[in-house]
Amino acid sequence: MEKRCTDSQVKGVSTGTTILAATFDGGVVIGSDSRASIGGEYVSSKTINKVIQVHDRIFSCMAGSLADAQAVTKAAKFHLSFHSVQMETPPLVIAAASVLKELCYKNKDELQAGFITAGWDRKNGAQVYVVSLGGMLIRQPVTIGGSGSTYIYGYVDAKYKPNMSKEECLQFATNALALAMGRDNVSGGVAHLVVVTESGVEHVVVPGDKLPKFHDE
Amino acid sequence: MMIFGNLFTALNLKGVNYCCLPVTERSNRGKMAAAASMMPYFAQQISSKNDLVPDWMGQEVSTGTTIMAVEYDGGVVIGADSRTTTGAYIANRVTDKLTPIHDRIFCCRSGSAADTQAIADVVTYQLGFHSIELDEPPLVETAANLFKASCYRYREELSAGILVAGWDRRKGGQVYCVPIGGMMVRQPVSIGGSGSSYIYGFMDSNYKPDLTKDQCLDLTAAALSLAMERDGSSGGVIRLASISEAGVERKVILGNQLPKYSTH
Repeated sequence: MEKRCTDSQVKGVSTGTTILAATFDGGVVIGSDSRASIGGEYVSSKTINKVIQVHDRIFSCMAGSLADAQAVTKAAKFHLSFHSVQMETPPLVIAAASVLKELCYKNKDELQAGFITAGWDRKNGAQVYVVSLGGMLIRQPVTIGGSGSTYIYGYVDAKYKPNMSKEECLQFATNALALAMGRDNVSGGVAHLVVVTESGVEHVVVPGDKLPKFHDE
Repeated sequence: MMIFGNLFTALNLKGVNYCCLPVTERSNRGKMAAAASMMPYFAQQISSKNDLVPDWMGQEVSTGTTIMAVEYDGGVVIGADSRTTTGAYIANRVTDKLTPIHDRIFCCRSGSAADTQAIADVVTYQLGFHSIELDEPPLVETAANLFKASCYRYREELSAGILVAGWDRRKGGQVYCVPIGGMMVRQPVSIGGSGSSYIYGFMDSNYKPDLTKDQCLDLTAAALSLAMERDGSSGGVIRLASISEAGVERKVILGNQLPKYSTH
């Protein structure tokens, strides 16, 4: 097919990756693969978790340079917990996303990291925000990111419907991750999924051999 | 100069030659501006981003595109978008990228417009000659091998990704993929072009073996419209064709009739 430049022109360990988040009726599903690679030639970890809990009901997935993403997430967790103590209330999802955005935007020349922040709060319910590489912040009902996401734009556009049930959304997210991992060589391993609703947080891990299989496998 | 050479290739379609003048002094710039629209002016001026000449005049014509071909029992369905770009300008918004090579053999072109047109012309000639010698309709595999021979031999100079699809009596409907570099492989379903990256997931999940012709047409139309929505180099109308023993049926789906997918 056509020559394609991947967006993983990062030095060092990179999360050439697939991450996604989708809202359903009453919550969000956040998911990612679990592969970390160096330059697309060596898999430095088969089982890293790219879905980080930044607060009780707020999660963030990282993409880009793993070092940058981890550093930013650590700083963001600190800022967010401080903010939450000052406000004496659980933080809003948009607050978490804004903290990440500030860090990404102010340091855009040095950093190469993007995030998907998703969660549930009392004011606005289930939300998904994406902070891109340069520090743009927008809210979307469903969003995908990372190098593997290019292969599933068509699938997500066709299959996602607003206000699905939790099971449908979980199946949709698992399928999307499996499809991306099947085509992108720097995404793989297991699928980490987290379901966040008002009542709590549920972790689901789908190992590689239990992922849905498609016609040519 | 590399850019120079490419411009010549790009604009030498159908043997029309554009003259090259050396760079003139400043006093002639006013005249050049008026003449620019009538006689394209190629030299260092293009690469130094002269204001008088728009950016896209220095870019090669490309069918950044989305193409797809699917086999079914008794034939093949092929489809393509209709956008040809020179940089950011859409040179042709109603391009036909489904090119007949023989009565029951078509190719879908992606990559450089000039390269693919030239290769298709060469293969059409070679295949026509071969078919006359044989005194019977040629095989799709033969056409695919001819494409592969040209694409592989001139792999350093060419930028062409081609899908060869058609029907013959020996093996029925077949799709062969000849991507950049000159490999050839038969696949039941194949996609190509810049927009194809976005629909790998959709295709993997929606294609099943043993589809009917109408299911193939629907799948191709859906996949192409998803790709056209996401890829800036793909757009316009969807051109479809189905090839079988009975013949070739062509269809066009206009922009306002495309299936709509808008989630966000």
